[in-house]
Amino acid sequence: MNPETDTPRRVALVIDDEPQIRRLLRVTLETHGYRVFDASTGNAGIAEAAMRRPDVVLLDLGLPDMDGLTVLKRLREWSRVPVVILSVREGEDEKVEALDAGADDYVTKPFGAAELLARLRAAQRHAQPPAVDAVVRSDDLEIDLASRVVRKRGVEVKLTPTEYALLRALVTQAGKVLTHRHLQTEVWGPAMNSQTHAMRVHIAHLREKLEDDPSEPRWIRTEAGVGYRWVGAD
Amino acid sequence: MDNTDSRNPDALLAAIRKEEARRGRGRLKVFLGMCPGVGKTFAMLEAARRERQAGRDVVAGWVETHGRPETAASLGGLPILPPIVVPYRDVRLAEFDLEGALRRRPQLILVDELAHTNAPGCRHLKRWQDVAELLDAGMDVYTTLNVQHVESRADTVRQITGTEIRETVPDSILDGASFKLVDLAPSELIQRLQEGKVYLGDRAEAAAKGFFREGNLMALRELALRLVADHVGDGTREFRRTEGGGKGGKTGHRLLVAVGPSPTSETLIRWTRRLADSLHGPWLAVYVEGPVALSEAAQAQLSRNLSAARDLGAEVVATTDGDLVEGLLRVARDRDISLIVVGKPAGDSGWEGWRAGQLLRRLVRESGDIDVQVVQAEKRGGGGNRVRSARPLALPAGQYGGAIGVVGVVSLLNLALDEIAGPRVPGLVFLLAVVLLALFVGRGPVLAAGALSALVWNFFFLPPRFTLSIARIDDAILFGTYFVVAVVLGQLVARIREQAEAERRREVRATALYGLTRELAEAGSRDEVVWLLVGQLERVFQATATVVFQAGEQVVPHPDGTLTLSEKELGVAEWAFRNRQAAGRFTHNLPGAGAMHLPLSTERKVFGVLGVGLQDKDLSLAQRELLEAFARQAALVLDKLELRAVAEQARLVAESERLGRALLNSISHELRTPLAASTSAAAALAEDPSLSAGPRAALVEEIQEANGRLNRIVGNLLDVSRLEAGQVRVRSDWHDARDLVRAAVSDVSRALADHPVQVATGRTPLLAQLDFQLMRQALANLLHNAAVHTPAGTPIVVEAATEPGALVMTVADEGPGLDRELLPHIFEKFRRGASAPTGGSGLGLAIVRGFVDAQGGSIAAGNRPEGGAKFVIRLPQTEPPPPIHES
Repeated sequence: MNPETDTPRRVALVIDDEPQIRRLLRVTLETHGYRVFDASTGNAGIAEAAMRRPDVVLLDLGLPDMDGLTVLKRLREWSRVPVVILSVREGEDEKVEALDAGADDYVTKPFGAAELLARLRAAQRHAQPPAVDAVVRSDDLEIDLASRVVRKRGVEVKLTPTEYALLRALVTQAGKVLTHRHLQTEVWGPAMNSQTHAMRVHIAHLREKLEDDPSEPRWIRTEAGVGYRWVGAD
Repeated sequence: MDNTDSRNPDALLAAIRKEEARRGRGRLKVFLGMCPGVGKTFAMLEAARRERQAGRDVVAGWVETHGRPETAASLGGLPILPPIVVPYRDVRLAEFDLEGALRRRPQLILVDELAHTNAPGCRHLKRWQDVAELLDAGMDVYTTLNVQHVESRADTVRQITGTEIRETVPDSILDGASFKLVDLAPSELIQRLQEGKVYLGDRAEAAAKGFFREGNLMALRELALRLVADHVGDGTREFRRTEGGGKGGKTGHRLLVAVGPSPTSETLIRWTRRLADSLHGPWLAVYVEGPVALSEAAQAQLSRNLSAARDLGAEVVATTDGDLVEGLLRVARDRDISLIVVGKPAGDSGWEGWRAGQLLRRLVRESGDIDVQVVQAEKRGGGGNRVRSARPLALPAGQYGGAIGVVGVVSLLNLALDEIAGPRVPGLVFLLAVVLLALFVGRGPVLAAGALSALVWNFFFLPPRFTLSIARIDDAILFGTYFVVAVVLGQLVARIREQAEAERRREVRATALYGLTRELAEAGSRDEVVWLLVGQLERVFQATATVVFQAGEQVVPHPDGTLTLSEKELGVAEWAFRNRQAAGRFTHNLPGAGAMHLPLSTERKVFGVLGVGLQDKDLSLAQRELLEAFARQAALVLDKLELRAVAEQARLVAESERLGRALLNSISHELRTPLAASTSAAAALAEDPSLSAGPRAALVEEIQEANGRLNRIVGNLLDVSRLEAGQVRVRSDWHDARDLVRAAVSDVSRALADHPVQVATGRTPLLAQLDFQLMRQALANLLHNAAVHTPAGTPIVVEAATEPGALVMTVADEGPGLDRELLPHIFEKFRRGASAPTGGSGLGLAIVRGFVDAQGGSIAAGNRPEGGAKFVIRLPQTEPPPPIHES
């Protein structure tokens, strides 16, 4: 099987200082149809990004020459290339910081190939111009963004304005992790004080109303310590 | 003879230590002469020159040449330490430069004239104190001394020559010194004298002539020879003591001298020192404080006596007892005394004399097997500072005035009553007045009032009036009885009052000391000790105080002190610190200072110096002892605190060593096992490409299993090190506890695969403030624990609920439960049950507790009554969630 025949090969840039991780990612990505370039420092990474015009960047936050977050900000000055952060378990704070600084997603080491590829696909999808679909469908759920009506199995679901605002924010950026700050700004506006407790309650209510089993949510996933993500039916 | 075996090892050790201490300390060599002019300085210089030729660093610190050419000549070649010049009134006095000597630090230093009194403004009153400091600093010292200046010989010299000796050197400094007797035949000396070779200073020629009589010189020469002979025995005696292992030497004598507030005591003390020297036994000077308060003059004399005893090398003991004889005997028995020395009652044939005799008889009768030596306590040559037992005399004149005034007023009252009462009533009124008076004034004034009122009664009231004669026989009997009753009753009342007062004074002291001791016992830090000490000194002495501690090279006052120390005072404090001796006011060292500085030291070390600013002009013995007791107590507590800290440190080190070992075991075993599994499986896959799908999948599963385990162990180790390093930062925010449970369950889904998990968290949001990551890890560890410690198939229940003020989360299983013996230690690191399966690091529960603690929560472990283990986490919630406004 040669993916090259179907679509032009997508280009991935790996910025990580660990040779073993670079090798592993190269093998994994190349077997799944990517052309892979890599860089072991932040500066080299930025230069590579400018030269190779990658479709997606995998960025490790712990680099020898500069902070991964700085690399991200420098990239974002001129590029909207999707960036997926490679992080470790204890790094929740830096994940949130990177997401707020414009990263598209993250994967936590150690990670499986399937998870990594799914994240990469999702990240590239948000980079496309947003769908103009006024109606989002996901299995038996139907969200009409134009008329602000939500139906489950054809029955209209009553949502409060805040619940609807939250849902809209999640649905329109489906697959992407939305940090608490991002959601708060989008729903309550930047001026409000911390409303995390209200967000938890509204998310709980949304799950009650939309999910088949609210204790095992399918659509609205919690990204522990980071935020929420809408996972639509592909 | 097996001598070595019979030696007491402790005594031997002590002797070795003493030898070592002496080695660290400088050695003193005394060039002793019978009188001036025998050539001590010359001999000293000769010896110094020889030392210098032998290659030692020798400096002449102070040498009196008295203008003698041959002395000055022998100084030639020796480096000389320049003297310091001390301005005193109109003159400028040259003095030995102690500071310079301490800076210069030669191996051997010459300091002439040990008995010299320093000019005011020098660090020490006396030169021998300078020498003591040089010795302490490790320098060897050569010095010169005439036998007449040795404290214990001063009396004898005075008796021989009739000359009062003013400058004396305590015998204690001569202990351990080596002596070189500079001898000259008396006839030769007299010849030198006649040739004008002996410096006599400005002393009157006639007196000098009297002093240098041949008979005197013979006696002084013998005295000097005996002194040297006594000290030559020192070294061997010490050795014999360690060898014999018994009490002091062959004789085993221990002496006690009774000291009182009398000038005769000094003679007694010196006598005892000489006796103790010749018996080679230790000696005690004991003062028994009775119920009667001492006058200021008596107090001062007592202090002089006791410090004289201290200087002569006695151990001074002050005790309190209503009965002098009982007090003395109590101390004597406690300290295993063999001989008590007391003074012979003075020639008084009166009441005092009778009483003293009475005491002596009792002492002899009750002393049992202790010998009692009664010594002629000769009063010192009628000098001006003679103090009698000053009880009646020294009371303020005001009390006598008051007593006379009271008698006057009562007389007027009696005159007013004269009309209605007979001549006998005034007697009773006077009696009442005298008894009442005794409640307020001393015994002398009471006696005076009794006598005066008797005269007044007789003169004004008893017929025939206005004469001192009495007409009727019954009046005469009445008058006589009155006189006796008034005096005796007055004395009794006054005595009871004095006793009560003495009792009260003791009580105050005891209370103060007890209070401080009790408070100090609870002090947990050096700051607290200082604070308590300063507070107590302010309450008890109305004094300002501070404590200086060492900080680097210098000493620094504690900020809690109420006494501010000037640069100079700080210098005095530093001196006290370095020399471990009291210094400043009311002491021998730097007495010109404004405050008294007491070192806070124990046997082990010196911790600091207590500086006390006292307002009083004098310091009584009791006050001094109380101050010293305060300092001692504080030092003991500081010592205890330090030792406790050291012990705690040792405990922590031991604990961390245990942890380190456990960690090493854990790492070597727990990390190697999955590594080995993973490596073997990968090797198997690589070596055999023809493996069928089944075994391939099994091998891959092995690798994944091993890596998951490695990942978990490394994660635990990281968590523990974060906890140990105190780097766990808590980020509390509002969370739905149901999200938390869900996240934790999914984290350990692999381990939980064989167990049905029941999550009971309700259908409403469980809002609580917590750190999501920490709690997620804590719950995951509990779940993992439950999964690996219970048989496959048994359910695991996770519950979460909010209570008023808390979030409660429970993880329960239906496994074998927790080992009872392990239960108290279950949250400690590397505590694992005997039945624990492999694969854990022994850190999981320690991490759970660490994370829960970090959020102010608590965790409890126990067994459920129906079987299985149960862990309950409670996270306190300080505030309810704020209301939610629907926009």
